[in-house]
Amino acid sequence: MRHIISVLLENEPGALSRVVGLFSQRNYNIETLTVAPTEDGTLSRLTVTTTGSDRVIEQITKQLNKLIEVVKLVDLTEGSHIERELMLVKLKATGAQRAEVKRTVDIFRGQIVDVTSSIYTVQLVGASDKLDAFIQAIGTAVVLEVVRSGVSGIARGEKVLSL
Amino acid sequence: MELLSGADMLIRSLQDEGIEYIYGYPGGAALHIYDALFRQDHVKHILVRHEQAAVHMADGYARATGKVGTVLVTSGPGATNTITGIATAFMDSIPMVVLCGQVASTLIGEDAFQETDMIGVSRPVVKHNLSVRHPEEIPEIIRRAYYIASTGRPGPVVVDIPKDMTTPNERYEYVFPKKVKLRSYNPAVRGHAGQIKKAVDMLLAAKRPVIYAGGGVILGKATAQLTELVRQLGYPITNTLMGIGCYPATDQQHIGWLGMHGTYESNMAMHHSDLILCVGARFDDRVTNATEKFCPGARIVHIDIDPASISKTIDADVPIVGPVDSVLKEMLAQVKESKRKPDAEALAAWWKQIDEWRAYHGMRYETSDDVIKPQEVIEALWELTNGEAFVTSDVGQHQMFAAQYYKFDKPNRWINSGGLGTMGFGLPAAMGVKLNFPDDEVLCVTGEGSIQMNIQELSTCKQYNLPVKIINLNNQALGMVKQWQDMNYESRHAESYMGSLPDFVKLAEAYGHVGIRIEKKEDLVPKLKEALAMKDKLVFLDIYVDRFEHVYPMQVARGSMKDMWLSKTERV
Repeated sequence: MRHIISVLLENEPGALSRVVGLFSQRNYNIETLTVAPTEDGTLSRLTVTTTGSDRVIEQITKQLNKLIEVVKLVDLTEGSHIERELMLVKLKATGAQRAEVKRTVDIFRGQIVDVTSSIYTVQLVGASDKLDAFIQAIGTAVVLEVVRSGVSGIARGEKVLSL
Repeated sequence: MELLSGADMLIRSLQDEGIEYIYGYPGGAALHIYDALFRQDHVKHILVRHEQAAVHMADGYARATGKVGTVLVTSGPGATNTITGIATAFMDSIPMVVLCGQVASTLIGEDAFQETDMIGVSRPVVKHNLSVRHPEEIPEIIRRAYYIASTGRPGPVVVDIPKDMTTPNERYEYVFPKKVKLRSYNPAVRGHAGQIKKAVDMLLAAKRPVIYAGGGVILGKATAQLTELVRQLGYPITNTLMGIGCYPATDQQHIGWLGMHGTYESNMAMHHSDLILCVGARFDDRVTNATEKFCPGARIVHIDIDPASISKTIDADVPIVGPVDSVLKEMLAQVKESKRKPDAEALAAWWKQIDEWRAYHGMRYETSDDVIKPQEVIEALWELTNGEAFVTSDVGQHQMFAAQYYKFDKPNRWINSGGLGTMGFGLPAAMGVKLNFPDDEVLCVTGEGSIQMNIQELSTCKQYNLPVKIINLNNQALGMVKQWQDMNYESRHAESYMGSLPDFVKLAEAYGHVGIRIEKKEDLVPKLKEALAMKDKLVFLDIYVDRFEHVYPMQVARGSMKDMWLSKTERV
């Protein structure tokens, strides 16, 4: 099963490499990884999506917790949560295709953020499967380039991951 | 206000940390530090002949004393030579601080002379590593390194020190921090009361209980608490290779150690148990054999300081995260207070069964009239040293024989590389022990393969007068490799013979020590006595033992705990 693990990490050199190293050392899988400093400059927030059996996920959270620089973590998929991923995608938009591409972008509530006579560059935000669905709907024939941010997530309601 | 250079701060911090000996080897990037060492006499340095040996020496010291070992090396090759030693300590959770020189911070990343990214290289085999970015940080970093190494589940910590952090003419105020506080590192201080209660209830309700203890009991200094609990309950206890000495091996309740080369009775007892109390062990693959066939009828209580050790390979029914000493103490108090007593009838039947297993096999081997059996060497040593010696070992058949036939009644006396299985560990580890216990007998049980992996340390032994006794069980082959080839590869002995062994007697003499060769059975005990009588001499005993001997019992690969070879022909 897919899990989204959100980690508060000391914002120090080398901390990220420890997290990434742990995944390869112990043969865990990383699907996406995002990391950036939080409002508290001493802390980074890292979100990793991974898949594995319950035993593997339990080990991942325990092993992450053992890293000295990991301050706190939560498996967001254990409760209700919001997940978002940002995608920038460059699409071929010429001739009759141009209108069709625009329509599909609208249906997915994407925004065209850059235009040339033959290209639309589209920004799309949503859960990862929505981004996958967009690519599928638009057809790989028109897709020239895709860049995705990886997943960020946050728990719904009052639950807060902080110090 | 005291102003010190980074190098002086480093040595002063070691002094304030209470460090008496450090083990190391100098080189360019560490020279400011070595100069600071030279200008004081509180912290003493032991010069090894290879950096790996420095780490094993520090490790031997740590295992024998329960304190943190300290290593000092230079950058590049000095640092990378420590990796095997660090990985050895990491696998067995041994507290250690390894101080590595590094090229100047201005040169890092430029492929400078003797530059290696030691933080990156060591990362998978350390509990933590730290880099010095400003000389003023040194006391804080040193304090933090020792704190992390010695608390929670212990382990090695590497400190990387760029050369410009130790420049002699830049001085800063020296303040040694009284306390360490890390918001992201808080090892458990006590076990969960509810879980402990549940565990005690299960323990008292059990009909066929086994207590399975590991190295965590020794690291957690909980042997007294464990012994008391085991005696109070009257239950059988087995321990892992790393747990040897956590409970007296000569006691009737002790059923030997378990796993791949454990006793018949302990593996049988584990397999047929209905409750396993695991204390400070980690259900390692050398213990469990095939996990899906592991102890089918047993419920499991697992106490460990490291939550990640619990339910890693075998699911625990009652997990207890906490220091083993306080958890066991609490359990003992509850057992004593409880109205419920262990089921005497069930326990009597269980002991009857275990004693039958014990009588059926126990620890035994076939003796011979003409060749020396490796097992009898160990038995003779045990008798001649009254079971009181520190015994270090290398890795292979000799390690298993030593662990099987030297009965340790005390903790911290059996010193071996259990997790990583590092050949070359035994001699330097013995040196680390002998340096700190000069009046005790320190034996290094080794083989002609392992000893050659760090034999250069005979020179260090001469320099510092470390009269350890080296027991070289010479079977003229890499015995354990050969055993596996006999059992699994139709005796095709690929590269397991060493056709050009040195004359170890002459070699020992060349280094200024005493060498004795033993080839005849009747010479064994007299010559062992002769060697042990030479208190002030390192004696290298090159003992020619049966070349065809195998270690038994041996679990059958991919079987359950009860599937074992008991001899070359008997499989149960």
